[in-house]
Amino acid sequence: MSDVIVIGAGPAGLAGAIACAEFGLKVTVLDEFFRPGGRLLGQLYEEPSGNWWNGIKEAERLQQKTKDLAIDVRCGVSVFNLEKDELLWNVHTNAGSMKASYVLVATGSAEYPIPVPGWTLPGVMSIGAAQVMTNVHRVQVGKKGIIIGANILAFAILTELQLAGIQVDRIVLPEKSPISQEAGEPEEVLKSLLSAAHLAPSLLLRFGSVFMKNGLLRKIALNFYPKGGMKISGTPLQLRKAAMEIVGKKQVEGVRVVDITPNGATVPGSDKIYEADFVCIAGGLYPLTEITAVAGCPFQFVPELGGHIPVHSEWMETPLQGLFVAGNITGIEGGKIAMAQGTVAGLAIVKRSGKEAGSIDRLLQKSVDYVRDVRQHAPIQFNPGVDEGRQTMKELWVSKYGKEGKVIS
Amino acid sequence: MTRLLDHPILGKLPERKAISFQFDGKNYEAYENETIAAALLANGVRTLRLHEESGKPRGIYCNIGHCMECRVTVNGQPNVRACLTIVQQGMVVESGKQLPNAIKRMEEG
Repeated sequence: MSDVIVIGAGPAGLAGAIACAEFGLKVTVLDEFFRPGGRLLGQLYEEPSGNWWNGIKEAERLQQKTKDLAIDVRCGVSVFNLEKDELLWNVHTNAGSMKASYVLVATGSAEYPIPVPGWTLPGVMSIGAAQVMTNVHRVQVGKKGIIIGANILAFAILTELQLAGIQVDRIVLPEKSPISQEAGEPEEVLKSLLSAAHLAPSLLLRFGSVFMKNGLLRKIALNFYPKGGMKISGTPLQLRKAAMEIVGKKQVEGVRVVDITPNGATVPGSDKIYEADFVCIAGGLYPLTEITAVAGCPFQFVPELGGHIPVHSEWMETPLQGLFVAGNITGIEGGKIAMAQGTVAGLAIVKRSGKEAGSIDRLLQKSVDYVRDVRQHAPIQFNPGVDEGRQTMKELWVSKYGKEGKVIS
Repeated sequence: MTRLLDHPILGKLPERKAISFQFDGKNYEAYENETIAAALLANGVRTLRLHEESGKPRGIYCNIGHCMECRVTVNGQPNVRACLTIVQQGMVVESGKQLPNAIKRMEEG
């Protein structure tokens, strides 16, 4: 029997498993995918230093560490239930059930779909699907594509598709609807893009930074937004166009696009069909939390963190004894932060296990500080309010359960 | 669609063993450690099933096992996710078919 079962072999889960195993705990890691790495696999971007962040390499580095520490990493295993008996957590999987004193849930996030009419046609996929097909499986997703939805993830993956020589014709918004909400409003989209450091320069140069802080002037700027869009690394970003329908008989043949006003209202009679053989829907990410809900963990809605989040402390501990969380399940952020959080969770499990009495408090505190440090230097910020979101969760924890590290019954 | 054999940052793909598998009775070539979904897309096949009720074509959507859109029958086992399953030599894969709907038939009849 393992001391710790980690659900999810992504950056958070692997880092957590490694931290536990370094202190002698016996760890099993479970993941549905056929190889470890989670959403590290496929990540590829140039850092401000000029170095390339290659998620596949990072995943391989972590995998090597798990081998060195004799961590049992089982791929192709799906967890469908998590419950506690009097003493132990029971993890039920398609490959049988297993027990452990501690469980770290590091299931990451999933993509919000935007159900544009025609979205079920073969050739329509989530933006993340295109990333995995391109960088992990190394199969071309199509000859010419259109991205629906303008957000940080879409731009990151746009660059990756271009690197692989795949043509992306344009980025348009989804039609404004109760489901797409702010993703269908040019003004809201522009506001969120301006908070993304690596995109802001090109947008600000166009309109001037002073203007853009003011809502009214932002509206005026959008009134003069170029019809053809502004180019983001070669692909026009068309904030004043919305996808009404993905067309095609047996698979994607194109997208019917319409002009929209700055608040997302469609301009009648402006329809035009643009040809494409693949379409990526970029709806953004939400924490993949189901298994903690099944386990009975309380939740808190924190929009800055991406939605409903299992309540947790800065030690990544939930109110359910022995249940820990780390990575995007606690809020949408980048892979490096997930890794740092995984280490916190791992060290917190070590502390709870009583394995290491001496230095663990100091190490744990250092790891908590390190998460903040990584966050401050993160090249990609998914939500500008992430610090407030983290603070909200911290205050909620302290008000309900007391200071960090208080023993929960 | 073609395979991306060379990549400016990720480099060249390593040599892999070619294997063959069947999809709806037709033989296709794949490479070792490819998923069913990737191998079929590389062969130009996007449609993995017809919707059970409407009969409309469906392919991959999320490509990482969340959405269940890519479910196929593998060696007789139904509802296997093509995006998570590694293709094996001689594997027999079948697309999902439109199913009869008894209630609808009664309504129509």
